[in-house]
Amino acid sequence: MVRVVRGVGAMFLGLQRRLGHMFLFLLNAVSLCFIPPFKFKLFVRRIRFFGTQSMVVVIITGAFTGMVLALQLYYTLSKVGSESLLGPFVALSLIRELGPVLSALMITGRAGSALTAEIGIMRISEQIDALFSMALNPLRYLVVPNLVAAVLVFPLLAAIFDVVGIYGGYLVAVKMLGMSEGTYFSEMDHMVEWSDVRMGLYKSLSFGVIVSWVCCYKGYHADKAGFGAEGVSKATTDAVVTSSVMILIWDYFIGSVLI
Amino acid sequence: MIEVVNIEKSFGEQQVLHGVNLSIRDGELMAIIGRSGGGKSVLLKTISGLLKPDAGSIIIDGADVTRARGKELLDVRQKISVLFQGGALFDSLNAFENVAFPLEECTQIGKAEIYKRVILALQDVGLNNIEHKYPSEMSGGMRKRVALARALVSEPKVVFFDEPTTGLDPILLHTTQTLIRQAQKKYGFTGIIISHDIPEIFEIVDRIAFLHKGAIHAVGTPEEMLSTKDQLVWGFLSGCVDDPENILCEKDSQICRFGTQGRRL
Repeated sequence: MVRVVRGVGAMFLGLQRRLGHMFLFLLNAVSLCFIPPFKFKLFVRRIRFFGTQSMVVVIITGAFTGMVLALQLYYTLSKVGSESLLGPFVALSLIRELGPVLSALMITGRAGSALTAEIGIMRISEQIDALFSMALNPLRYLVVPNLVAAVLVFPLLAAIFDVVGIYGGYLVAVKMLGMSEGTYFSEMDHMVEWSDVRMGLYKSLSFGVIVSWVCCYKGYHADKAGFGAEGVSKATTDAVVTSSVMILIWDYFIGSVLI
Repeated sequence: MIEVVNIEKSFGEQQVLHGVNLSIRDGELMAIIGRSGGGKSVLLKTISGLLKPDAGSIIIDGADVTRARGKELLDVRQKISVLFQGGALFDSLNAFENVAFPLEECTQIGKAEIYKRVILALQDVGLNNIEHKYPSEMSGGMRKRVALARALVSEPKVVFFDEPTTGLDPILLHTTQTLIRQAQKKYGFTGIIISHDIPEIFEIVDRIAFLHKGAIHAVGTPEEMLSTKDQLVWGFLSGCVDDPENILCEKDSQICRFGTQGRRL
């Protein structure tokens, strides 16, 4: 019995220590965002890495999410004779929930995993030690540009996801199911409010922080996850799983506060 | 001058360094030798500030780097350079950008001057017209030499070399060692070299420290080490078992690389 209690206690303390370590990592990175010198060139590269290179996947998933939503909602709404609400339902679902969440999950899969692997390889090949040995703070070069770029890019990609999704829904509702264009868009204008857009914005901003934070942290400490390539592989898996789970958990909490 | 005083370092239950004491004079090139897994790299990383010791102090240029904070620590670290075992070149930067990196990030030198110094540093290590090559396009030897140029371009006062010649062919090994010696004479830095290349490393260093079971067992000039009567050092240099009670080598044995007088058989 004592052994079980001791085990649970050790597990809890270990978790607490890891969370504290992660939080301090974020705190250090955030403080460096406001202390010059700023690495604009790296920041621009990271915008390309997170943003431009994720556009295709975000557009494709956005379009098909909107199409599926329109198809399923049309089927459900037609049962109660409320097909006219299809446009606003698609728009609200995308803007408040699916746009920020799905785009964040897509970016995690595409860019987050690559980010962890890149930083992890830098760790095991002593490139991070090389930065440190030059009296430079590795966080300034590896974490800060990613954090700032993600905060900027996630809301923009979520917005693209929303717009493409709404037009995907339009394609299914108007062009395939024969709904009138006016019905699809007119109610949307009345029912979607600025607070809905703001909720989506806050969500994607916070997802940007979560994904860049978790992925950078896991890559930065890839040597603790295991030896060599195995460590990088474990860190990358951990980063994607942890980021995805944290996105969904945080989505619920921020949603319940902002609703 | 570098003063290492009673340094201890453990990883979990395993204690790697058991009170290391070592003194390196200004402008001296010292090699640290010892068995694989004996703590040489840990010692180098601890002295260079990449690892924090559990106990003891490291005094570089009058400042205790284990206790210094803020600007004092930054000042000391800016005098230090490290040549990593694998080179640790930045994959996303080409040879020129890699060598220019410490100058661009840590100094206020203008672009024209940086260009001049980088090209000169690359020429010093025998590399011409490779400025645009990325690490993935270079051979192992080229990477090591670019890393050497990067380590020396900022003219540091202290340079740590972590197995700079491991994995190189005999010609490149000799070239790299000569380059290190020439650079040391040119810039006058204090250097610590971790090496397994025995006896080749003896040709370029001023003194040698033998690390055994996490502590410095013997320090001396190459001549002193080669003519030592210390069984542990002699056993290690001759490639025999290092346990004094189980020395396998007999005088002039053919299985040894050295005779008792340190001459190669």
